[in-house]
Amino acid sequence: MNSFGIEQFPDYKVPGVQHVDFSPYESNGGSIVAIAGDDFVVIAADTRLSSGYSIHSRDQSKLFEMSPKTVLGSTGCWCDTLSLTGLVKVRMQMYEHTHLKTMTTDAVAQMLSIVMYNRRFFPYYVSNILAGLDKDGKGAVYSYDPIGHCERATYRAGGSAGALLQPVLDNQIGYKNQNLSLDQLPPLTKERAVAVASDTFISAAERDIYTGDSVLINIITADGIEKRELQLRKD
Amino acid sequence: MILRFVFHYIWLKMFRNQYDSDVTVWSPQGRLHQVEYAIAAVKLGTATVGLKNNDYAVLVALCKPPSELSASQRKLIPIDDHLGISIAGITADARVLSKYLRSECLSYKHSYGSTYPVSRLITNLGNKMQTTTQRYDRRPYGVGLLIAGYDEKGPHIYKVEPSANFFNCKAMTIGSRSQSARTYLERHLSTFNGCSKDDIICHGIHAIRSSLPNDELNKDDGASQLNITIAIVGKDQPFKILNNDENTAYLEMAKERGTSSMASKPQKDDDNFSTEDQPESSTPRDPQVAIGTMEIQ
Amino acid sequence: MMNNSCAQPMWLNGPSPGQFYNFMGGNNAPAQLPRELTTAGPYGTKHSTAAITTGSSVLGIRFDGGVLVAADTLVSYGSLARYQNIERVFQINNKILLGGGGDFADIQSIKRSIDQKMIEDQCCNDGVVMKPAELSSWLTRVLYNRRCRMNPLYIDVVVGGVDEAGKPFLGNVDLRGRAYDDYVVATGFGRHLALPLVRERKPKDREFTFEEATSLIRESMKVLYYRDTRSLPQYTVGICTANDCSIKGPFKVEENWTFAEGVSGY
Repeated sequence: MNSFGIEQFPDYKVPGVQHVDFSPYESNGGSIVAIAGDDFVVIAADTRLSSGYSIHSRDQSKLFEMSPKTVLGSTGCWCDTLSLTGLVKVRMQMYEHTHLKTMTTDAVAQMLSIVMYNRRFFPYYVSNILAGLDKDGKGAVYSYDPIGHCERATYRAGGSAGALLQPVLDNQIGYKNQNLSLDQLPPLTKERAVAVASDTFISAAERDIYTGDSVLINIITADGIEKRELQLRKD
Repeated sequence: MILRFVFHYIWLKMFRNQYDSDVTVWSPQGRLHQVEYAIAAVKLGTATVGLKNNDYAVLVALCKPPSELSASQRKLIPIDDHLGISIAGITADARVLSKYLRSECLSYKHSYGSTYPVSRLITNLGNKMQTTTQRYDRRPYGVGLLIAGYDEKGPHIYKVEPSANFFNCKAMTIGSRSQSARTYLERHLSTFNGCSKDDIICHGIHAIRSSLPNDELNKDDGASQLNITIAIVGKDQPFKILNNDENTAYLEMAKERGTSSMASKPQKDDDNFSTEDQPESSTPRDPQVAIGTMEIQ
Repeated sequence: MMNNSCAQPMWLNGPSPGQFYNFMGGNNAPAQLPRELTTAGPYGTKHSTAAITTGSSVLGIRFDGGVLVAADTLVSYGSLARYQNIERVFQINNKILLGGGGDFADIQSIKRSIDQKMIEDQCCNDGVVMKPAELSSWLTRVLYNRRCRMNPLYIDVVVGGVDEAGKPFLGNVDLRGRAYDDYVVATGFGRHLALPLVRERKPKDREFTFEEATSLIRESMKVLYYRDTRSLPQYTVGICTANDCSIKGPFKVEENWTFAEGVSGY
């Protein structure tokens, strides 16, 4: 309750009626994986929207196309996701009108951080991953925490199964602790990135009840955004 | 005493008449001179044409640089995915109005997730502009707008005047020497509805060409020299200002298609409003400054 | 848009960094908190107790040419079946149905606001009417805003209808502003009881037909009556297609309690 700095008091001192406390937050689940390559980036998110033990929708895309080169994946509290993406879209259109060009992925990444930090003391309860091509045409992945910390990475998992997915990516994409020298690292192809992203989701759906139904995969290249869908467990 | 009369006489002459000192003063003939002056400002801007067929609305604007030292200014302003405007008159006023239109469209999109119905947007714009014509401490916006939009009711062309009048049009043109373009549009109006997207753009180009003075037409002879901007909005087509390549392609296409329709040169540019209060000849002309007219284009 | 009233000025009467000078008479009074946050009193203000008079489930099903929205006619006061003949499915305009669950006072309140918007639509007299997706989006903004002020409307609504092209839309918005659309949505107990029943019957490659949708509504409302204690055997159904938008009913659930004879202690 204490988000506005109004005079507060312990609940037990309240005279009168008993009340049920309202929580503004709700976890609606969902996971995201993004993998960047040299001239492409793959971002995938499942389509299950749930809260608690009930599944609201099995077909809810969590990927938001912000521009032809940028896709935002957002999970967590779905109402915050809707609100945040709505606001970012408004800000991007304003940018486009004043500067007569579309925002670059890097600019969107920076703005998203600021927009989220603006709500530092009543945060958007979301796990965001932004994927796109940067101004040099290279794949870029930015990940966020709920209050707007922003970090660029080459691959990242987020959302309810983020902790399950990230180690798989570390192993399969980052080749962590495999004692490979730099020239031994196989180059990352688009197909491999898609395959790894798909596999991580198939695995996550086994263990995370908030991830499942199907996964939407967006492959962003200079030619546009290719969309694929893969069915997952629906239980 | 006589001197005083003389001064008074001069004073009268200086200010054209007694009924235009501010926008809230009526002339005995029932006219608002300040508003009419603002409408005259629209006619100082270069011509622009708006027209539509069943699925598309097109804006074509002539972008003459205001001086040899400056680049040509933007005549077409995108407002939202479904709407854009073309301006004639004081560019600075147009910027204010376009900022208003943009923020209205954005907040509508933010709350409803859809585009602002064109007729409602224009009604609200008209209401905003009207207040300036009814208060002594305001001045009317000195800019005329042609609005091309597309919504569930199809494509629209609206004309908005500084008087805050707005008109839903089949085709319209505003700006200097626009009467000639209007003649062209009137002549071909019946063919617009059924014609293709390419046709309607070519009609727009022909219309705007006919507003050029003859010597200028002959001078640049090659149609690609024509300094115009084209924008289109319609079914499955977000508002788009055509780029240079597309522009040239359409200019060439228009040139090939119809020199026949170009034959119709207008008789007289009778755009200048005639005043009944005083004969036209006594209207004092604003000083014409070569570079000082940057805002008016 | 920029609220720089809290920013420290860089120098006396000067603009804050990155801001413009504020001339006298401008709107630079300190922003007022929303009224409900500024009530005087020793304890400040406390909102959001709970729903008082409540409607239970609402069930919506989308079919190939439109949507069906059903809700029983009960509004409870706690466990008391207080108001037994209240329709909870509303026709908003020719294109929209609204089914309301949750606090009925809040439903009525939001309904008044929506009706006002419909009147404004009609006043424009331009033939443009609101679409269900637009209403759903608007409700999201309103409810999210109320949530952020910690003063939510305790409602869980189903918005259904068709757009100008006759394409059906069915969505759900809850008290936090969480919104989604799907071929079946339900609130309250319907989410647990009716949703699985409907999903089970969904053909993979096509939408439901009208007949399938109506029989599913009938069946689901029966199950809800048998299993949800806050329900009645009477319900209304809103139907919205490209050329019809109306509320049908009230209908009776086909009760059958003959099995009860065999239940000992009944």
